[in-house]
Amino acid sequence: MILRRWSVTLLAALVALLTIAPLLWMVSVSLMARGEAAQFPPPLWPASPTLENYRELFGNFGVGRFLFNSILVSTLATALALLFTIPAGYAFAKLRFKGRDAIFRMLIAALVVPGQIGMLPLFLELKAMGLVNSYAGALVPWLAGIFGIFLVRQYCLSIPDEMLEAARIDGATETQILRRIVLPILTPIIVTLALYVFLSSWNDFMWPLIILADQQLYTLPVALAANSRQNVQDYEIMMAGAVVTTLPVLILFLALQRYYLSGLLTGSVKG
Amino acid sequence: MTAAGRAGEARAGWAMSSPALAAILLFFVLPALASLALSFTDFDIYALADIGNLRFVGFENYERLTQNPLFWKAMTNTLIFVAVGTPFIVAMSLFAAMLVNSRWLKWRPIWRVALFAPYVTTLVATAVVWRYLLHTRYGLLNYLLSFFGVPPVDWLGSPTASLPAILIFVGWKTFGYNMIIFLAALQTVPRELDETARIDGAGWFARLRHVTLPAIAPTLLLVSVLTVAGMFQLFAEPYVMTQGGPAQSTVTILYFMYEEGFKWWNLGSGAAVAFLLFLCILAVTLVQLTLAKRSGAI
Repeated sequence: MILRRWSVTLLAALVALLTIAPLLWMVSVSLMARGEAAQFPPPLWPASPTLENYRELFGNFGVGRFLFNSILVSTLATALALLFTIPAGYAFAKLRFKGRDAIFRMLIAALVVPGQIGMLPLFLELKAMGLVNSYAGALVPWLAGIFGIFLVRQYCLSIPDEMLEAARIDGATETQILRRIVLPILTPIIVTLALYVFLSSWNDFMWPLIILADQQLYTLPVALAANSRQNVQDYEIMMAGAVVTTLPVLILFLALQRYYLSGLLTGSVKG
Repeated sequence: MTAAGRAGEARAGWAMSSPALAAILLFFVLPALASLALSFTDFDIYALADIGNLRFVGFENYERLTQNPLFWKAMTNTLIFVAVGTPFIVAMSLFAAMLVNSRWLKWRPIWRVALFAPYVTTLVATAVVWRYLLHTRYGLLNYLLSFFGVPPVDWLGSPTASLPAILIFVGWKTFGYNMIIFLAALQTVPRELDETARIDGAGWFARLRHVTLPAIAPTLLLVSVLTVAGMFQLFAEPYVMTQGGPAQSTVTILYFMYEEGFKWWNLGSGAAVAFLLFLCILAVTLVQLTLAKRSGAI
């Protein structure tokens, strides 16, 4: 039994090491001197770790600008998504209005339609609205978050009706009920949803690539992809760019992983 | 409850849901429907400059696509990704989930987070990392393989190796997500069932086939439907790692649609591609559901 326990754990450790090895290597190479990575056999560890690549990245390549764009777009996307989806999710769970269930069933059916289907007309629509090549254009898809509505609704279903009725009898308006009673109960799912939207909008690539033409507006993934098509040889710089792009979300996930994983399960077990 | 109270509740319901519904209508439903309409027009760079140049062309875009070898290449590549990638990724995810679910495992949360981590990383960033990992001369993968006597593979430079190379990357990037879903399902399988089968002398594979898999069949279906949809939507991977090459061996449908729409500005033709992609996803998902129903999984 003891042998078995250790062999399973050893296997898991090996698989886990293989899985995160690319990420560790990314960090390691980003600390190497220029040209050090282009060797055989590939060095696993920098001979003398240096932050030179990061200095170059923020100096010559102006990565600070892209980092700012990414933080701005993801933060606004998260705020807007919460503002739009939380009241809607609550309404679909707890407020009785005509057509509610029919509309909700249609929303669930629409979940299977990938967003890319409408990308070309959406581009034309935003062009007509003058939103192409602007932060606002990059934010638009995050307003239409069906998944978020679904997540909030599932969570709201567990709120007892008596609680809301009691507040109504005490003379509270519907807005007050949402603000003072429902929102505090929803805190865990709000953290989950915020984290989910922030990570997804940070990592999003295709839509910002289409809608942001001006380099000044590029988010980190778009800027990294554009540079990776040109500076193929500069491995150390590219790895430093990858670290700057992905480390913020990785750290955010590690700090709040409990919320992220529980949300993932609520979302995937569709009733 | 009073009638006035009911009306107030309904009013509040509409007030709270309509901003989100309006956004969904305007930025999701309308574009998706417009995609179908757009696919019957010759919307191109001239129409973009002056809408007066727009003509209704019926099925011409679809006809032209069927005569375009690159479209068929993109279609074939994507179907290979779906047909090979789905079982590969589902099996990989299930293996990881069973490993993490093992009752003999110590420090479970650490391994779970480590295996899930690639999923939350930025796709473009890790694609750049993997392009380097897969480098013929300086890449870590070929270096590892050299210990087993495998000669260097030109992963991203050969038309036969490029698709498997991207598939390995996609598998690495996504298996953690499926693993979490599988883990939740595996935790509902009673340990006693597995234990009884073991005492009866059933081997590891027999227990997997007759105990575990039937118990998690609905989850297996869910994960394969999600994976198929994901395989149909590969875009950033070829865009960053191979730019569709070499010899167009990694052009996917979405990559083709992007080039058609935003490189050549053939938006009518691009919309036709988008609509065909939707039909493909729908068709494969329906086949999966039918198969699952017939085998009694749901």
